Order: sequence, then C-alpha cells, then structure tokens
Amino acid sequence: MSESTQDIQATVKEYLLEAFLPGEDPDSLAEDTPLISGGILDSISTVKLVTFLEEKYGVEFQAHEISSDNLETLADIANTIQTKRAAKG
Amino acid sequence: MMRLQQLLEDSAAAYPGKTAVVDPERSVSATYAQFQGLAESVRERLAAAGVIAGDRVGICMPKSIGSLAGVFGALRADAAYVPVDSTAPPARNAFIFTDCAVRAIVVAEHLAEGLHAELGQDRYVNTGALPFLAEYGIPMVLLAATSEGTPGFEGVDTSNLAYILYTSGSTGKPKGVMHTHASGLAFIDWCTEAFAPTPDDCFSSHAPFHFDLSILDIYVCIKHGGKLVLLGETLGKQPSKLASVIASESITIWYSTPSILRLLVEYGQEEPHDHSALRIVFFAGEVFPVKHLRAVMAMWPKPRYYNLYGPTETNVCTYYEVPADFPAERTEPFPIGKDCSDDVGMVVGPDAQEVPRGEEGELFVKGGSVMRGYWNLPERNAEAFHVDADGGRWYKTGDVVKIDAQGDYEYLGRRDRMVKRRGYRVELGEIEAALYTHESVTEAAVVATPDPESGVLIRAFLNWTGDKPPSLIAMKQFCSKKLPLYMIPDKFIPVSTLPKTSTAKVDYQKLLELE
Repeated sequence: MSESTQDIQATVKEYLLEAFLPGEDPDSLAEDTPLISGGILDSISTVKLVTFLEEKYGVEFQAHEISSDNLETLADIANTIQTKRAAKG
Repeated sequence: MMRLQQLLEDSAAAYPGKTAVVDPERSVSATYAQFQGLAESVRERLAAAGVIAGDRVGICMPKSIGSLAGVFGALRADAAYVPVDSTAPPARNAFIFTDCAVRAIVVAEHLAEGLHAELGQDRYVNTGALPFLAEYGIPMVLLAATSEGTPGFEGVDTSNLAYILYTSGSTGKPKGVMHTHASGLAFIDWCTEAFAPTPDDCFSSHAPFHFDLSILDIYVCIKHGGKLVLLGETLGKQPSKLASVIASESITIWYSTPSILRLLVEYGQEEPHDHSALRIVFFAGEVFPVKHLRAVMAMWPKPRYYNLYGPTETNVCTYYEVPADFPAERTEPFPIGKDCSDDVGMVVGPDAQEVPRGEEGELFVKGGSVMRGYWNLPERNAEAFHVDADGGRWYKTGDVVKIDAQGDYEYLGRRDRMVKRRGYRVELGEIEAALYTHESVTEAAVVATPDPESGVLIRAFLNWTGDKPPSLIAMKQFCSKKLPLYMIPDKFIPVSTLPKTSTAKVDYQKLLELE
C-alpha cells in the first residue's frame, strides 16, 4: 500500500523536528516553510535527510538531485519521493 | 618623573576648597584639601605598617571615599595599589594579595575577618581601624604583612609601579597586569589633549577600581580639578537612581560599558531628568550593538560619543568618535578608530609580519600606555609580547582587526572567539551582531563548543522582548537572511538575562557551563 503525499509529509516533518529542531512547536513547521534557504537544513543535515529518505522509502538520490529544487519544503520533498517511486514502477 | 599622586597634589594646591569627590550613596563628599588630608593619613598608617617604595598595597572595599583615599594613600607611599572586587569570594582576593605579596591591605571592617582567615593569621596582622575615614561611611581597617607575608620576587621589576589590575586568565587563575606611573600617564595625558577637561567637569566613576575604565575616571578628573562622582556597586546597577544622580550632580563626562548605557535607556527614563550638562559619553569594554547605541544617542542627543578601545594591558590604545548622524539602516558596529595614548598599532598575520593595509590580522600595540608585564609570570610575558628586529616590544592583543578606508581600525573579533566550522572561519561576534538586528532580541551571546558529530556546536543565548521567545524556525530563517548558512547557530536558547562578570561584560565562561 502506497503512502499518500500527506503521510509522507507527516513522516518527514516528524523526522525534521526530532533531528534538527528539538523543542520546536510542530505548528511552526508548515508544508511551505523554506528548509534550505531558511537556514534549517545546512549541507550536513541535508545529507542526513537524504539518507533518511533513501532508507525509509527505498529510493535513491543522485548527487545533483540533492538540492533546494527537490528539498526546499516539505511539499517539495513529498513530491520528489512520489515522483521517484512512480518512476520505479 | 611625574607620578600619579602628584596630580592630586597639584589640584589640592590649585583648588583646595573645591569638591574633589562625592559619594551620593552615603551622602558624603570631600574637598581637594580634605581628600588630600585623608590620603596623607592613609600614607602615614601604611608607613607605620612598614610599606616602602616598590611595595604593593591591597584595596578590598566597596567603592567609597575611603577606598579612593586608600588608592592615593598607597600612591603617596610610592607603593603600587592592587584593587580587588570586594564582592568576590575572599579566597580569590586572598589569592591575588598573596600572588603579589601585598605589604598591607586597606579593607572594609566587615570584610576583614573573612579575608584575614583566607590569607592566614600568621602572614598578616590586623593593625586596627583607620578612624579618620569612619565619617565617610564605611569603617575600614588595615592588615599588615608579617615577615611571612612578604617574600621577595626575583626577576620582577617593582620600580615605579603604580597599579596592578588582576584580570581573569584563561587558565582560571587571575593574572596581575602591571602598570607604571608612566604607562598610566601616557593615557591620562592623552585624554587631556583629546578632550580638554576643565575644573568645571564632573566625572562619573562607574567602573569599579579593579576595572581599567576607572583609570580615566579617577586620574583625568583629579588632574583637572574636576568633581568625581562615585557610583558604587549597588547604585551602579540601579538605572533609575543613576539617572537621578546624573541630573543632581550635573555630570558632564560619563564613562561606562555599553551594558550600563543600555540599562539607562531601558529603565532610566521613567521620570524626567535634566541631563543637559553631559558633554562627553565614553564607552568601552565590549562591542556596542548599533541599535542600542542609537537609542542612547536618542536619549542624550547633545554629548559627543567616543568608543575607547584597549585591553587592560594597554590602558586605552585606540579611540573613535561616533558621528552625530549616521544612516538609520546601519547595523554594523562602529570602528575602534585610531591609535592614541602615545601608542602605535600594527596589524599582523600569523607569522607576526604586518599584513597589507586593509587586510585582517591581529592587532599588536607598542608604546607609552602598554603594561610593563604580568606580575611574576615570565612565561606568560614571553608569550604576550612580540619583540621585533629593532627590539620594539609589541603587546599581542588577541583581537582581530582590519584598517578601513578612513584609516580606522575595525574590530572583527577575538582571535579566540573565532572557530572553524566545516572549514569556514566563523566569528562568534558577527553572529551576535546579526542577532542584535532582530527586532525582539535585546541581548545576544553566542558560544561555540566542540561537538563530536558536527565538529562545532554553536549556541545562541537570547534575551527577547514579548511574552514568547521567537521560534527556532523563525530564528533560523531570520539568520539565513543575514548570515551564511554555516554561521547559523544550531541552538537558540532563551534566557531571562545573560550572566555578567563583575565588570558588567557578558560572562562567556558561565554561558559555556550552561546546558
């Protein structure tokens, strides 16, 4: 059973709050909160996020894909995961 | 050779009936003639206790006419005075007095027993009260060293020492900065030229005597026959009372750290006061965030504002006059300015070679107002100075600066407050400056600690206005507009107030201990 975009967003949000935003009010992190340009994810934490996504969803990221085009917001991340899973068939 | 005590002597001759010093907290004052008499009485007691030229005399007192008489009494005895923070633990003060083997200690009666116990009953004896000072508010006694208390020091040049100010060392043990009459006067005489004080001037004495800012207050005032207004440990932290004293004493020259000026802006304006006598405001000791400086200048538009810079080791070695008008959008702190006090600065790279003009490097200072050295620490002295090919002796300030287009030194930060993160050099002060531009941040302090995972963990401690601290995400987003990503703090920790040292600077050691 495939997870909805909503579910993916919720899972990633939980991970981000726990890993990089300890103590933060969950409501402050919206689906359009800028993560990379907003200073929440730096290069190291972006790599950690990608590792998490790869393990959790069985997808792979190429080096050039690790960028704000795909990972800037929770919405972007969920879309990227959905696209990758669709491509895998 | 000119000596600091001569400044009092000269003014007492020129202005015997003029008020020299006022203690508003205890509602007492002394004229120049009276004050010189008190200093002479202290000298007599010191002489009776065996104090001779080249000795050290400790001062452990709340700020008062009595403690100032102790300072001048020691100087008149040709001894160097060693002032300590009377609110510090007795063990720390006993360490200092033992370290430089003071021959005698002028101490408040209520502190004498605790200090004496720490010093050792066999090393010092209580010679009894200094009764002539009793009417000035604080009963004082004199402790005198026995032969046990005053070992000799080989290799320490005690000639012409005027004062030893102990500063906290990174090793945890205070170290004594030795200034001679000549190094003190190089700064004091420069103040005469630069600021033209007059007998009509009334100086604030806000800094405690163990803090080097007090050198300007005490000696520039006394030299020019001005009136010195003592703002002691308690009064000094009560902005509404300070505001009232500035008005009632018609203070013309104010000198303090930026922290105190901020308090005056925030809490000192509840009642209207006439501060129109103010003509000069000096600040020193830490970076003044521009938004707070602007608020002070709005509160007091008339005076001229000067940023004085110098580690205790140099008295004051550069100065900068803040322009009366500057753009509203300016957020970067003002420069520390140009060389003064008969000093010369040099900006050097890691190889101790001067860097090309405009490039950043550590500031080295040599000249008139630089200390003789640290008391009895030959190895530290060897590290503290760079001796050039011509034998010039440069004090390494540990501060990183660059020279801007106007020829002013721009302060970039402490050498030891720079950390490398992911290969980038991060100046913690720069992060603080960025945080200060946030509208609800009132105080910010940033510390870095080693972190097994990321290498360096950067934590920002914030004091804010409003009921709720800004959210972590909001702060990170704010920082991302001001700073490169690698400089954004990992954690933002709200605090109701930042811990301060006894000299009202942010206490980074304490912050490092906070979880």
